[in-house]
Amino acid sequence: MSALAVRGLTRRFADVVANADITCEIHQGEMFGLLGPNGAGKSTFVRQLMGLLRPDAGEITVLGEDVVRRPELAPRLAAYLAQDERAVAELSPLVAAELTGRLRGISRAAARRDAGELIEELGLTDCAQRPMVRLSGGQRRLACVATALIGARPVLILDEPTTGLDPTARRAVWSALQRRRESGATVVLVTHNVLEAETVLDRVAVFDQGRVIACDTPGRLKAAVSDDVRLDLVWRSDPPAGDATVTRLGELAQRTGRRWTVRLPAAEARAALGELTTGAAFAALDDFTLATPTLEDVYLALGGRAHDLEHG
Amino acid sequence: MSAVARSTVVTYPATGFGAAFSAVYAGQVARARTARAPLFFVATLQSLGLLLLLRGVVDNGRPAEKQQIVAGSVVLVIGFVALNLLAQRFGHLRADGGLDYYAALPVPPAAVVLATVASYASFAVPGTVVVAVAGAVLYGLSLTHLWLLVPVVVLGGAALAGIGAALGLLAPRPELATVCGQLGMSVVLFLGLVRAARMPLPLRALRAVIPSTYAVDALAQGLGDDPSWSRVGADLAVCAGAAVVALALATFAYRRAVSR
Repeated sequence: MSALAVRGLTRRFADVVANADITCEIHQGEMFGLLGPNGAGKSTFVRQLMGLLRPDAGEITVLGEDVVRRPELAPRLAAYLAQDERAVAELSPLVAAELTGRLRGISRAAARRDAGELIEELGLTDCAQRPMVRLSGGQRRLACVATALIGARPVLILDEPTTGLDPTARRAVWSALQRRRESGATVVLVTHNVLEAETVLDRVAVFDQGRVIACDTPGRLKAAVSDDVRLDLVWRSDPPAGDATVTRLGELAQRTGRRWTVRLPAAEARAALGELTTGAAFAALDDFTLATPTLEDVYLALGGRAHDLEHG
Repeated sequence: MSAVARSTVVTYPATGFGAAFSAVYAGQVARARTARAPLFFVATLQSLGLLLLLRGVVDNGRPAEKQQIVAGSVVLVIGFVALNLLAQRFGHLRADGGLDYYAALPVPPAAVVLATVASYASFAVPGTVVVAVAGAVLYGLSLTHLWLLVPVVVLGGAALAGIGAALGLLAPRPELATVCGQLGMSVVLFLGLVRAARMPLPLRALRAVIPSTYAVDALAQGLGDDPSWSRVGADLAVCAGAAVVALALATFAYRRAVSR
């Protein structure tokens, strides 16, 4: 049985279509990601999964339960991490996790014990007793992750759980999610971080302007655009205007300051790089890289137009 | 629906009202300890300041006026904390999406509203005791029936906090929730301190429809030497009725705010 099944989900805000006819299925025990730029409709999508927002059209089932018809069932089956947790901001991480556990119905003693274990698992022991408003953004985010993980729900829906975390904390969250997945939980994770999507997710739905433009494993998605590679060129001065290779690449490049990013078939990219490094343009070239496609390349190749996906 | 799905739902029942109420209340108390305490001091100091200010004005006044001022100052503490601060709290939670935290948990909406209302009403307790004792000493009034504070804070607090919660949850913008909360507190202040007999008719009518009036009148009776217990009982009954209506309205407003 699928953990979550969504059919024809549509939601508008005035004239803006936030989700347009989305259909997808998320399997039990899967680590499923929603990747896309800000404003692509990912948060609207997960808020509907949690029954927090009523769809204009479409069906959603969570573990077989129709949560459009009975939205009160979603919080029983799924834990949710919102982007912002103002409600618990003045509590310490330990108290926030413990009280959230009690609100999920576990006993006071069990909530206290589980909160302590979660705080340790996420590396928050040193600041467990301090109010979250006095913690760094990363520590606050980790504390909020703890509130989502307590009470062991079979489905975890997390909206950007690792935003603002340093690499060590991010890996702690990934490991914690991996452990829940190994115990049978289904994880739905919103991200706009390409590295996160490629590292931890079993499957990815790529969102753009309210639509799912692709949905598959990261490997298959990248294979779909495997003919292309990404050539990054960084110029230390203006490249020679008369150079035919420079002119051709300049027409194709996405420019960020002195950095040009060009997506080309592999053979063509290799040839262009050969011409650049042996010709007059080499003197103006500061750095270059030739890389296989990332999920960002998939997003762009499929017609995505935004450029605010994170890489680190 | 498959048997597997049915068993999953059964495995994860909704949290009961009592457990949810207790956890939400505990959370509010923990918040108050870390961040809200200074505001409760402000509420108490404001009322103590009014007592001192008006002490000279009613130096030779009738006992009924003195009782009114002390009772009005006590209920003002409840108005500040339970009505004003709670309207602001819910106004901001609603605007910032903070209500999603509770809405994404398997708890009865009434437990969230009632526990928050109860917590804010109880935050007013220390301030009301301080103001009542200081007022009675300062104005030479009887402390014999100070126990009346208990039903006044419980019933008046529930009514005013219910109104504060409803204002915060119904206001379309957090700034409006703040304005409504402060206006509500001002109404409690002006209509609580001045005796009805001294008010023009429209204000008397307004005074008659706000629940704080009945909390003030009940407490004012209790600060006298020979209270009319039938009037105290009637005033507290009105407070109780207003509390039921205000809490029902607040619960409706919460449900409306989280089901979009």
